[in-house]
Amino acid sequence: MTAETEVCGRFGPYGGRFVPEVLMAPLEELEQAYLEARQDPSFQAELRQLLRDYAGRPTPLYFARRLSAELGGARIYFKREDLLHTGAHKINNCLGQVLLARRMGKRRVIAETGAGQHGVATATVCALFGLECVVYMGEEDMRRQRLNVFRMRLLGARVIGVGTGSRTLKDAISEAMRDWVTNVADTHYLLGSALGAHPYPTMVRDFQRVIGEETREQILAAEGRLPDAIFACVGGGSNAIGIFHAFLGDAGVRLVGVEAGGCGPELGQHAARFAGGAPGVLHGSYSYLLQDADGQVARTHSVSAGLDYALVGPEHAWLHDQGRAEYVAASDEEALEAARLLARTEGLIPALEAAHAVAEAVRRAPAAHQQVFIVNLSGRGDKDMDIYRERFRELDV
Amino acid sequence: MSDGPVTRITKLFEQLRRQERRGLIAYLTAGDPEPDRTPELVAALERGGADLIELGMPFSDPIADGPVIQRASERALRAGMTLPRLLEIARAIRRRSEIPLLLFSYLNPVLRYGLEALARDAAAAGLDGCLLTDLSVEEAHAYVGAMRRHNLDTVFLAAPTSTPRRLALVAKYSTGFVYLVSRTGVTGERDSLSEAVAPLVRAMRAVTDLPLAVGFGISRPEHVAQVGALAEAVVVGSAFVHLIERNRDNASLEIQLEALARELKHGFVRQPV
Repeated sequence: MTAETEVCGRFGPYGGRFVPEVLMAPLEELEQAYLEARQDPSFQAELRQLLRDYAGRPTPLYFARRLSAELGGARIYFKREDLLHTGAHKINNCLGQVLLARRMGKRRVIAETGAGQHGVATATVCALFGLECVVYMGEEDMRRQRLNVFRMRLLGARVIGVGTGSRTLKDAISEAMRDWVTNVADTHYLLGSALGAHPYPTMVRDFQRVIGEETREQILAAEGRLPDAIFACVGGGSNAIGIFHAFLGDAGVRLVGVEAGGCGPELGQHAARFAGGAPGVLHGSYSYLLQDADGQVARTHSVSAGLDYALVGPEHAWLHDQGRAEYVAASDEEALEAARLLARTEGLIPALEAAHAVAEAVRRAPAAHQQVFIVNLSGRGDKDMDIYRERFRELDV
Repeated sequence: MSDGPVTRITKLFEQLRRQERRGLIAYLTAGDPEPDRTPELVAALERGGADLIELGMPFSDPIADGPVIQRASERALRAGMTLPRLLEIARAIRRRSEIPLLLFSYLNPVLRYGLEALARDAAAAGLDGCLLTDLSVEEAHAYVGAMRRHNLDTVFLAAPTSTPRRLALVAKYSTGFVYLVSRTGVTGERDSLSEAVAPLVRAMRAVTDLPLAVGFGISRPEHVAQVGALAEAVVVGSAFVHLIERNRDNASLEIQLEALARELKHGFVRQPV
C-alpha cells in the first residue's frame, strides 16, 4: 500500500502544485530530474555512500531499559537520528537534494529553517559541495535558536532574517519562495520538510524513507516481531513520514504523529493542524491548515520552532483521513517534562521537536504491557539548551 | 479567440482594438488603508484614465509579492479586510461606474469562501472576472467551471519560464486577456523593463488571439511606452500602492493617484525608447 498518487503529486485530494506560474516549469524540471536520479544507480550509490561515511548511517535502534522500567509498561526503543552528523534527520534529505542540485547544474542553494536544524544541514552539504548557500530564518526563530544561526555562518552560509508576519518558519518559507521566484534559473530551493508543491512532498519523503527501512530490520532483529506503535513528531512531517513509510502495509503497527499542542487550544496558541485546522492551500500544497474563517493563515505557537507551522505535510493529511495514522498533540509543558525525564533516565537530551513524540509515548507506555514502542528521536537537544535553561530555572543556579 | 463569456473586460479590449488604443490596468490592494476608502481610490484611478481595475484581495502569506504589496496587505488585513468586504466594495464601485473589475487573489481565501459561492456572489456584485495568483491551469478545472457558469472571465498568468506547452494551456483556459509576468521575480517597482517581455509576447501570440497585458515591475511612463509597442495593455500595481502608502494620511491622495494614472497613461502616446 502506498498513499501516493505519483502522476499529479496527489495523496488522495491533498498535495498538488499551487504556485505562481513562474515556478511551474521549474517544478516540472525538478520532478523530471528527480525521477531520472531515482532510477540512476550511480546517484543512489553516491547517496548511500555519503549517508554512511559522512552522515553516519545506519543509526542505531536503542532499547531504553531505564525509561521502560520507570514507566512500567511498554518496551520503548529509540531510533537514534539524533546521532547523525549535524544532529538531526534533516541531513538525509539535504544530501539527496544537494546531489540533485549538482546534477541539475545549480550553483546556488537556498533554504528555509525553523529550529535551524535544516538550515545547518543545508549549510553543511553546501560546504561539502562548494555551493553558495542562503538560509532564510524568521527573526523570532533566530532569537530562540541563536546557536544554530552561528553554526550556519561558521559553515559559510548567509543567514537572512525574516521580519514579516509571525517572524517564524512560515515567513521564512514565503521569503525563500520569493527568492526562488526571482533566481530560479541558477538556484535550487532545498526545502526541508515533506511540504510544498509537488515533487517536494514525495521527494523529501523518499530521502527520509531510509529511517523506517532501517528501523524495520532492526526491530525484527531485536524483538523478532514488528512494533505495536511508532511515535514521531510532526511539523511538516518529514521525520514522521520517513519512519512511517516502511510500516504502512503492516496493519498491526499503530502510527502516531505528534503535533505541537503549544500553550492552549485557542487558534494561535498551538500548531495542532488536525485538531484545529481545515483543508487549505499554503506554500504550494493542499492539506490541513490552521486558518481563520476568511481563509487567512493563522498564527501558530510552539516552544519548538521546528513544529511551529500552520500546514501539515499532505501525505499525513491523507494517512489521517484514511485512518492509517493517528495524530495527537503534546503541549509545550508535556514536551519539556518528557525531555527532562529522558535526560534523567537515559542520558539522552532530545531536541524539543522530538520531545513531543517522547511525551506521547511516555503518556501511553504505562498501560501498554507486553507492547513494543518505537520513538523516532529525530534530533538532539544541543540547539535547545537556551530554552531548557530558561524553562528549568531551578537547575540553572 | 477562446470561447469565453462576454464581460466588461472583453468589451473593453474590443473597444481598445477599434479605437487603436492601449489599456492601462491599475492594481490596488482592496482595503488599504481602509476598506471604506477603496471606492474613492478606484474612482480617482478611473478619472486618471485607468481602463480596468484589479481589486487585490490581501492574503497573510503573499509569496508572489514584494515589500510594497506585502505591507499593503498587512494594513488591509489589520483594517478588517475580507472577501465579503471586497464584494461590498465592488458593489459600491458598480453603483456609479462601469469600469471593468477583476478580482485578484491568492487561492486560499477563495477556497475558504467556496468556488461556486464566490463565482455567484462576484457576478452579482458586478465583478467581471478573476485571477488567482497561485492557481495553475493544471489545478483550475473546478474553478474555471464555476466561473464560466456565472459568466466571469478567468485570467491566467504566463511567465518567462513558461514552456510552449504551458503557454498553450494558459491560452486555452484564459478568457478576457492573458496576463504576462514581465520577469522572474515578485511584484515591485523596477528601474527598467525586463528584456524577457518581447520574447514572451511573441511566444504567447503564437498560441492565442487573446489580448495580452504585461505586468510586474512596470512603474514609469517610459515602461508604459515600451510595453505599449508590444501588448494591448499594461498593468501597474506597486507604483499606485506605494503612492497610497506614502500619502494615506494626506488629503490630496486621490488627486495624486489620479495624476499618476494620467502620467502613466500618457506613456502610451510617447515613442518607445
